[in-house]
Amino acid sequence: MSDNSYRSIITGGLWSNNQALVALLGLCPLLAVTNTAINGLGLGLATTAVLTASNSTVSLIRNLVRPEVRLPVFVLVIASFVTAIELSMNAFFHELHKVLGIFIPLIVTNCAIIGRAEAFASKNSLPRSVVDGLSIGIGFTLVLMTLGGMRELMGQGTLFDQAHLMFGEAARGLTFRLSDDFPGMLVAILPPGAFIGLGMLIAVKNLIDKRLAQQAAKPEAVEAESATA
Amino acid sequence: MARHPIVIAAFILGAFAIAGTTLVAVTHAFTKERIAFNERQTLLKSLNALVPEQSVDNDMVSDTLVVSHPELLGSPETTVYRGRKLDQPVAAVLTSIVPDGYSGPIKLLVAVHYNGTLGGVRVISHKETPGLGDKIEESRSDWILGFAGKSLADPTEAQWKVKRDGGIFDQFTGATITPRSIVKAVKNTLLYVREHRDALYDRNPTQQATLGQR
Repeated sequence: MSDNSYRSIITGGLWSNNQALVALLGLCPLLAVTNTAINGLGLGLATTAVLTASNSTVSLIRNLVRPEVRLPVFVLVIASFVTAIELSMNAFFHELHKVLGIFIPLIVTNCAIIGRAEAFASKNSLPRSVVDGLSIGIGFTLVLMTLGGMRELMGQGTLFDQAHLMFGEAARGLTFRLSDDFPGMLVAILPPGAFIGLGMLIAVKNLIDKRLAQQAAKPEAVEAESATA
Repeated sequence: MARHPIVIAAFILGAFAIAGTTLVAVTHAFTKERIAFNERQTLLKSLNALVPEQSVDNDMVSDTLVVSHPELLGSPETTVYRGRKLDQPVAAVLTSIVPDGYSGPIKLLVAVHYNGTLGGVRVISHKETPGLGDKIEESRSDWILGFAGKSLADPTEAQWKVKRDGGIFDQFTGATITPRSIVKAVKNTLLYVREHRDALYDRNPTQQATLGQR
């Protein structure tokens, strides 16, 4: 994990250290808002914005802040950004803001954000911290969207329902409908559906990782070593 | 005069508090008008769904009145939006609350025309069971649209119940409590409006404060 090349930062955020699938951080918003793909996307993007902003600020001030007060300062920085983003969303994406409701202010409590501030941004340069914030955020967003899409598809038979909340009226056509009288699996919409869906996503990820490791192990033993390192 | 580290730490923390507050204050200043506008538009849109825009010529969002009748309207403070045309009362939209929903109170908008018929009912917020009680939402079922045009005369007051209780309103499979409580709350709102019809449209807001509880 000491390897700090951009490549490893990006793959770490998107895949090998994905906050939702590997670190299992930020479960509260992850499970609560992923009832549709658009909700997941909206909260994911808001989280990404906060994460990138807080990571870059923390990185800039990393030599300025004394260790005794670093955590309160981080919390202060994160809380300010969350409030600013919440106000902006209320102003520019009012409908989506109404749907996501309490979960936007709750981004403050997403452990992934302070986790990255403490574990990464407070020890790394500005560009690296920005890349880390973006890739961790996008990795988190992708999981939110996938889980949201799965639950939406099973629960109400649509995909990208209410896309106009985010992309304007023109996006209404994006909505994909399985059939007009889809019965819907209630369990997918209810909280248990979120846990089951997340469990399945983690299982799929582990399966892919295992396959990749096996493939890498076959051709040359030398390559396998570098892949697992 | 070596400064104690904690003093420096306190200054750093203070500086960040100021910077953070400034950021929030500036964002607030830039967005507050737009947020107020959005909220107003949202409210206007839900009011116009019940009282069509062309049937009134006043600004319903501003022409409000706060009344109090916890027994019939479900909360100590109920906002009433009044619609008028050429200074004649057209309709009143009441923010009634259903106190006895299956899981917590349900907030309604109930539009009542001056002649006592319902312009329509909408659910603003609720915590009913997804898949069962949430069919009260307009986006999930057209059950709530069934109130439009009804009044205390049609159906008769005794028929203001769900079918299972001998009335005319549908209940949902697996969820009777939710529709039952909404039907009751809408009926109560109509009873209230019948009692206070002209006072509801009164121009003078100072008199209104005492309206309701007799």
